[in-house]
Amino acid sequence: MKQHQQYEPVIGLEIHIQLNTKSKMFCSCSNNIWKEEPNSITCPTCLGLPGALPVPNKEAIKKCQLLGLVLNCSINKVSKFDRKNYFYPDLPKGYQISQYDKPLCSNGYVVVDDSKIRIRRVHLEEDTGKSIHTKDGTLLDYNKSGVPLAEVVTDPDIETAEEAATFARKVRELAISAGVSNGDMEKGNMRFEANVSMRKVSEKSLPNYRVEIKNINSFKFLKNAIEFEIERQREGLLAGRKLVQETRGWNEAERKTFSQRSKEFENDYRYFPEPDIPPMEFGNDYIEDLKKSLALANVDPVIEKVQKGTSSAEPVRKQYTLDDKGELSKVALKVICENPKAVNDYKTGKKEALKFLVGCIMYKTSGEADPKVSLGIIKTLLAK
Amino acid sequence: MLNSFLTIKDILAGYKRREFSSKEVFDLCYKNISKSEGRIGAFVTLLDREGLKLSRNSIPVGHKDIFSTKNIETTASSNILKGYKPPYDASTVKRLSDKNFVCIGKLNCDAFAHGATGENSDMKVTKNPYDLTRTPGGSSCGPAAAVASGFVLMATATDTGGSIRLPSSFTNTVGIKPTYGRVSRYGVIAMTSSTDSIGHITRTVWDNAYVLGITAGFDPKDATSSHREVDDYLDTIEQGILGLKVGVPREYLENIPANIKDRFYESIKLLEGLGAKVVDVSLPSTKYAINAYYIITPSEISSNLARFDGIRFGGTRNKFGGEAKRRIMMGTFSLSAGYYDEYYLKAQKARTLIIEDFKNAFEKVDVLVTPVSPILPPKLNSIIKDTLKTYMMDVLTVPVSIAGVPSLSVPGGFIDDEGKKLPFGIQLIGNYFNEKLLYRIGYALEQETRYYETTPAI
Repeated sequence: MKQHQQYEPVIGLEIHIQLNTKSKMFCSCSNNIWKEEPNSITCPTCLGLPGALPVPNKEAIKKCQLLGLVLNCSINKVSKFDRKNYFYPDLPKGYQISQYDKPLCSNGYVVVDDSKIRIRRVHLEEDTGKSIHTKDGTLLDYNKSGVPLAEVVTDPDIETAEEAATFARKVRELAISAGVSNGDMEKGNMRFEANVSMRKVSEKSLPNYRVEIKNINSFKFLKNAIEFEIERQREGLLAGRKLVQETRGWNEAERKTFSQRSKEFENDYRYFPEPDIPPMEFGNDYIEDLKKSLALANVDPVIEKVQKGTSSAEPVRKQYTLDDKGELSKVALKVICENPKAVNDYKTGKKEALKFLVGCIMYKTSGEADPKVSLGIIKTLLAK
Repeated sequence: MLNSFLTIKDILAGYKRREFSSKEVFDLCYKNISKSEGRIGAFVTLLDREGLKLSRNSIPVGHKDIFSTKNIETTASSNILKGYKPPYDASTVKRLSDKNFVCIGKLNCDAFAHGATGENSDMKVTKNPYDLTRTPGGSSCGPAAAVASGFVLMATATDTGGSIRLPSSFTNTVGIKPTYGRVSRYGVIAMTSSTDSIGHITRTVWDNAYVLGITAGFDPKDATSSHREVDDYLDTIEQGILGLKVGVPREYLENIPANIKDRFYESIKLLEGLGAKVVDVSLPSTKYAINAYYIITPSEISSNLARFDGIRFGGTRNKFGGEAKRRIMMGTFSLSAGYYDEYYLKAQKARTLIIEDFKNAFEKVDVLVTPVSPILPPKLNSIIKDTLKTYMMDVLTVPVSIAGVPSLSVPGGFIDDEGKKLPFGIQLIGNYFNEKLLYRIGYALEQETRYYETTPAI
């Protein structure tokens, strides 16, 4: 037992989340592809036909940024798409449009059971098609080609398999609450890659190798795969073996990871800026509006429940740290002064104006204000 | 009786006055084709005359074979795409067909538009109508030869580093390389996405301006196309050039042979005679242009040609010709980890310097005027074996492409060589989106010289 404690895991996650936009990432094909006839939801762009061009979907960009916001990221004012070049039959252009050095969102975090998991970046890319391997050969379905994917990349802050799964679940809940993904695991809306390595307990620096476990599609498999990998690596290290940088897959039936590719065969993706899409710039107003819309979206279900008198449930799965009435009244007064139109709307019978005002309070307090308490205060102040 | 060599302006007027029908115009083009196409070799696909659907105002057009044409084979003149029939039309093809331009066939080019002589085509060798032993220039060899030979009234083409201007210069035709983003690239098989410009070749400046008025404009299917309003390219075309400031960039005249230089300065004198003020200007970063271009171009090509993987359409990658393979290898190298900074990034920095050069120049002058090519049309099979020499044919056209400014190639007369009169072109370079001024100047020159009336004896 004592020997076992000599090593501790260092875990980082990459989470791919399909966004619930109306159309695909770079074309006007529908993004609703579930159980559709193979290759029926395609066009020259998502089939990568010669001459076809990508036009970025603004809704997908916005939803990726909203995801960044609920993961406490900052929204980058300048961002761009890049090409990631590699050959695979389900990648029709021979490159994937992704983001390399200027992602849409950076430097966020999520708190899981009192520990802070830092999020390095959230970027936007296109999904690939689907390869279906049969005994007669491989079939290709390009319906999934071009589905918008947000990729969340953490720092190596995760310490256990359990924590990884809890974190992943939390990201799913946040994505659903922000309205950016359906988070339907059955439909493959979320996929995980785990980076696992081990270091001596006394060490602070990162190990000089890293094992990447690819293509995991459930929370349970994620936990199982990481658990297996931690034990495999621990045994190896204790037996004095040198562990190598490699990519491994997870076989749930056999409950073990298996080597797919070692470091010397690592791809050089030859990233370069996507020349078909101009760089993007986002102004302060745009970013402020995003934050406001998020505050409003969060507040809506609370208010409905407050109004229906069923507010006991915790509808948005969030702890509000600011419920001090004196503090909130000051913010509320300011919001009332700044929004005479909404106040007037409320007074002339438009009840929705209340939601807006509460949203403004949420926004001003970076989402910390308790919406229930805020609503009460606003009502009291406006009744005067 | 119709003249064998028509212009769009002529036939529009003729249709209006009901002097002749579109049927007669198409019959004439097909007659020219049946008489000379065997010797010229401009078409890779010629559509059956009987199958064409003509209206009263139809105008015959040919598309370079890298424009996607719905249900018409589109190969980019490469064996790898043999048999590929696109399910859609390029935006430019669509815009033109909506304005009565009826496609009669697809025109030859260097495979994937890689080349300056047309000889990299996997399909055939196109000859210069003014001397059948010489190249009409590339990569748009077919479009230039077809227009010069009277097979079509206009041909679409693409210019990535000079592929419209060079063949226009070699065939006594007018070629526009519009500002990058002025004409949609949607549906045109990409070579270098960041410099590909969609233009066309005509016999006269008026015709050329007329066509740009149709093809130019924002396209929601091309994220790099400009929202800027499209100018009326014809309303000032006859205004003359009195008082315009014309810059002659001295770097462009270094290493130009005397026979070309002498004829070039005749055009400059003509511009002065028409009231322009000619000044000497310097674009000091010109010397980096070819080097930067041959890093950026292969880099983008290596990625753009990746989709030809033999899975969904076309043949396997061993069907690529030598030049495509060379560019894929160079581009893959310059984008590779450890080389990216040294090559691709450095080339992009050079690009910034070249852009600065043009911006500075256009603070002093309205237009820059240079020769299009440093050499006369080479003999077929002469230069193609020397890759570096072929690349250097673009030395005067590449800086424009890298900067994205517009440029018009207009006939500059003929130069005697081995008993033949060979065409050569003048390049008019404008500031971003100032195609209108280029047409005005080109028209003024054309009215004086009327070189377009000297048609080839084919």
